[in-house]
Amino acid sequence: MQASDFKSDQYVRFCPGCGDHAICMALQKAMAQIGIPTHEVAVISGIGCSSRMPHYLNTYGFNTIHGRGGAIATGVKTSHPELTVWQMSGDGDCLAIGGNHFIHEIRRNVDLNVCLFNNRIYGLTKGQYSPTSPKGFVSKSSPFGTVERPFVPAQLVLGAGGTFFARTLDVDMPTTVDCMVAAQQHKGCSIVECLVNCVIFNNGTHAWIADREQRAEHSIILKHGQKMIFGKENDKGLAVEIDPVTFVPKIIVVPADDPRVLTHDATQPDPTLHRLLGLMGQDRVVNVAAETDNELPIALGVIRNVEAETYDAAVNAQIAEVRSKAKAQSFDELTATLESWQVG
Amino acid sequence: MKNIVVRFCGDSGDGMQLTGNLFSSLSAILGNEISTLPDFPAEIRAPQGTLGGVSGFQVQLGAGVYTPGDKADVIVAMNAAALKVCTINKHYHDHAIVIVDTDAMTEKDLEKAQYTTDNPFTELAIPESVQIVPVALTTLTKESLKESGLDNKSILKSRNMFALGLICWLFDQPMDEAIHLLEDKFKKKPALIAPNTKVMVDGYNYGQNLALSIRQIHLEANQQPKESGRYTSIAGNKSTAWGLIAAAEKAGKHLFLGSYPITPATDILHELAGRKDMNVMAIQAEDEIAGVCTAIGAAFAGDLACTTTSGPGLSLKSEAIGLAVMAELPLVVVDVQRGGPSTGLPTKTEQTDLLQALYGRNGECPAVVLAASSSANCFDFAYEACKIALENMTPVILLTDTYLANGTALWRIPKLAELPAIKPQSVPKELKGHFNPALRDERGVRYWAYPGMEGYEHRNIGLERDADKGTISTNPANHEKMVLARKHKIAQIANQIPDVQVQANAASDTVLVGWGSTEGHLHAAADTLNCALVQFNYICPLPKNTHEVLRQFKRIIVCELNTGQFAAYLRAQFPDLNIEQYNEIMGQPFAVERIVEYASK
Repeated sequence: MQASDFKSDQYVRFCPGCGDHAICMALQKAMAQIGIPTHEVAVISGIGCSSRMPHYLNTYGFNTIHGRGGAIATGVKTSHPELTVWQMSGDGDCLAIGGNHFIHEIRRNVDLNVCLFNNRIYGLTKGQYSPTSPKGFVSKSSPFGTVERPFVPAQLVLGAGGTFFARTLDVDMPTTVDCMVAAQQHKGCSIVECLVNCVIFNNGTHAWIADREQRAEHSIILKHGQKMIFGKENDKGLAVEIDPVTFVPKIIVVPADDPRVLTHDATQPDPTLHRLLGLMGQDRVVNVAAETDNELPIALGVIRNVEAETYDAAVNAQIAEVRSKAKAQSFDELTATLESWQVG
Repeated sequence: MKNIVVRFCGDSGDGMQLTGNLFSSLSAILGNEISTLPDFPAEIRAPQGTLGGVSGFQVQLGAGVYTPGDKADVIVAMNAAALKVCTINKHYHDHAIVIVDTDAMTEKDLEKAQYTTDNPFTELAIPESVQIVPVALTTLTKESLKESGLDNKSILKSRNMFALGLICWLFDQPMDEAIHLLEDKFKKKPALIAPNTKVMVDGYNYGQNLALSIRQIHLEANQQPKESGRYTSIAGNKSTAWGLIAAAEKAGKHLFLGSYPITPATDILHELAGRKDMNVMAIQAEDEIAGVCTAIGAAFAGDLACTTTSGPGLSLKSEAIGLAVMAELPLVVVDVQRGGPSTGLPTKTEQTDLLQALYGRNGECPAVVLAASSSANCFDFAYEACKIALENMTPVILLTDTYLANGTALWRIPKLAELPAIKPQSVPKELKGHFNPALRDERGVRYWAYPGMEGYEHRNIGLERDADKGTISTNPANHEKMVLARKHKIAQIANQIPDVQVQANAASDTVLVGWGSTEGHLHAAADTLNCALVQFNYICPLPKNTHEVLRQFKRIIVCELNTGQFAAYLRAQFPDLNIEQYNEIMGQPFAVERIVEYASK
């Protein structure tokens, strides 16, 4: 299948220069690579710029109401586990108004592929701060800077018991496609945080990694089974150091040839290291005032990819099991089991 | 006697609901019509013996039974608190028989029930015409079970069975049927069958042998229900659940329920969660919104999708119901109404969600509204709600209430084959390759295509859509066209529903008008008043003959358990009608005598 098979006839209405264009193309490429026919794919969204995505994909799509995409996608997938179900959502739709559905789809491990477009701003309502805007962020609804602590999506996902978390960047097409393909292959609730630029209201929010010059120094693309090495010259590696007094582990940068350099294991059930990896570089984005001398890169790629029973499969298996043993399987058989009496 | 009203009342741990249900089922099996009213406190277990912990169960049995009765002819009061609550609330007649457990009237019991003297009967000013029958229920139960091997606590819990046996004797109900029922009730706990049977039979024999100072009550020849068939007694929540199950099987659809626990609707979730044998998928969602949204997802994917709730939950679901209206997806929303607003009276009954069901959404957002009018016909209207939703691609809100949900009535068990056909609005094959979600049939109903169907891929939306292409449109004229198309789609359903009937004395120039669960009370009142009754089950759209029927009456009294919501709705539709209203908002079903008193003015 070709990426063009997944392109709908609709004119794409994202703003010129918006990061969502790139994610849209990456999705079409990934869906073609995955190869599931268009009629077996359902793309569900809530409301927001990112939630326009279903209109541009030639699959079944449902652009619903603000925040509820997760619950609706859960209904689609659970009732019809044979379908491939994607959810398109943004940092406002998913983490603010839809926060409850988000943590519960993760907790239940519903087999969904969720693209969480994170531009740290409300774009469609024209520029208010979001749950991922850094503390102190000035926006139309926070003219003196926000006083809130933001969410780090990786931390929230792992805290909710997430089995799959990946992070990608709008300008890095190959990693984005890889993450989406991996999300589809993972059985369970796969969250792909897509860092996207809002050219109108929050331009340059990811500049420190989006800029080609800086990206190699400020980010690392994690690949399962490969050494954690990064840097323009591939000269740096990541290792874990345990504080001898508090026993708190932390990730440190070491030379690439240091024997302590870690090999990425996305399938490790214990989330401790995945959390540390997910938090790398986040101090740069949780507080606008933070003076960081932290040299840790932000992690891109698939950070966590663990197998666990999915909700949709378990629900359907339980029904099949009860039904296989049930004496009454139809309405008439069911009513025959009632305590009843004949009249006339 | 023709009809008798019995009320069992005791502590919420005394098993009054079980006792009442067993007695009601027994009466029904013996050919009586029944109508029941469980009346329990909001607290799961209030402190034992206190006024707040009194749980009641009222049943009317006999022939021509429309309601659980205004006041009881026989009261069983298991303790001092129950006696006080029944008396203060005037739950019984001046000539009633009141059976009291004298062992539960000790000084301590009286203190817990906040009596100020040591003579409860005098203190409560119970009239002399009331026949008080003191029975040492606790002592007699202990005596009956002293060799049962049960521990003291279990023995005390069996007091209700002694009372049941005694009541069976009072009404001359045969013990063999009662024993059979007990065996069925406890079939999963066989160890409890023998002791419960023994104590019940001892209760019966106590009445028989001691020839209590009361005489047995013989109901007149137990009249059989008119239509022949197999009958059972069923609670409204259960019959609602079964209506959904029957509709799914008839329509050839998979039944999906997304729900969140809320009193008094939760029993529907319980019932459907247990019906995996019927291939029902019942999901307990993370909140009310997710309940309806998972259902909308299942409807989008081609299932018969439902959500069940009560008033506060309906408020939370409003936006999502609007989405189903806009996306034109079939969806059944059951609202088991309770006292409101806000948390209100969670365990009490009220008809106060009517306007919310009709209008409680943003935008011009029409949906079908139905109301069941008996615990048994909750089945029919749940079935009808599914039929209308699937055939017209619309949300249908079914209103029941606490009274119907928890009360039981006789139900003639239908065969699936007798039920009307359900033909979901499936997309015709000719549209393959050029389908869009705005395409409609001649009735104005759009077609249903869903994921998995090759060649019908489309994008559905909560945004306004182009009337021809089905894609997003902000065109002004198109919006008006679509608003009217959605309005028309609901209005044309009037062609599919039956005319409203005039019941009782159609020749009278006075008519009582009601909707939903008040049918029994209004019927009894209309019979007493010798006037007409028009009861509505189809609220939106209204039956086509509504105006024609109502305008023939000089006096139209709309009776509702709210401040006049249906009256206001009728006035808006038919401004020429002179509509009078009678309302009660006390969290209780109507009292027939109060309606009669009002209408006699």
